[in-house]
Amino acid sequence: MKVKYFAWVRERIGIAEEMVEPPTSVRTVDDLIGWLSTRGETYAYAFEKPKVIRAAIDHTHVKPDAMISGAREIAFFPPMTGG
Amino acid sequence: MSAATIRIQEADFDIAQEIAALTKGRSDVGAVVTFSGICRGSENGEPIAALTLEHYPEMAEAEIKRHTDEAMSRWPLTGLTVVHRVGRITPGENIVLVLAASAHRQAAFQAAEFLMDYLKANAPFWKREESQNGASWIEARGHDDAAAARWTKS
Repeated sequence: MKVKYFAWVRERIGIAEEMVEPPTSVRTVDDLIGWLSTRGETYAYAFEKPKVIRAAIDHTHVKPDAMISGAREIAFFPPMTGG
Repeated sequence: MSAATIRIQEADFDIAQEIAALTKGRSDVGAVVTFSGICRGSENGEPIAALTLEHYPEMAEAEIKRHTDEAMSRWPLTGLTVVHRVGRITPGENIVLVLAASAHRQAAFQAAEFLMDYLKANAPFWKREESQNGASWIEARGHDDAAAARWTKS
């Protein structure tokens, strides 16, 4: 699946998007955050406060317990500050 | 009404021209409420040089449309326009425009407020400020979430 990062999540990780293949034990958005956090220091820094991170699956806001199976694109970003 | 106009763009917008697009040649519009958000010259008392707005293009379009659709179903609107700028914006420049048109003012006021509360809390845009101390991401405000939540139907 494609993963995208925005704002300071993108800056901390150092890339805007990538393709990932998490193991099948990674079932929810929260699981995916935990798995990504193990991929290196930049990821651990970006996800150091997982409760702050917002997520979207295929362009729709989701909660941390949302299942990721079948997702084409998952995005992680800080709370929004538009308007 | 016809579909809402939604645009995400780097360029500035002309408010008079956008209003005219909702009213020209029609006699059923009795009220147009305009909200325009403008870049302040300071944030938390510190002067800023500029804001840079980042967004998630596909999701921003989809999310704004979902909420203009909801506004049109909740209020009897004759027209609705949302323009959100991205990129670098300096103090005094426009950031966002919401226009809500209706036969009477109440629906137009409420729809405009609903859309702005939503945009602040849930539309995927992020502001980065440039000041003399460097650049930093603006933090979300809890009261924006509270303002958006009050429109949730129970």
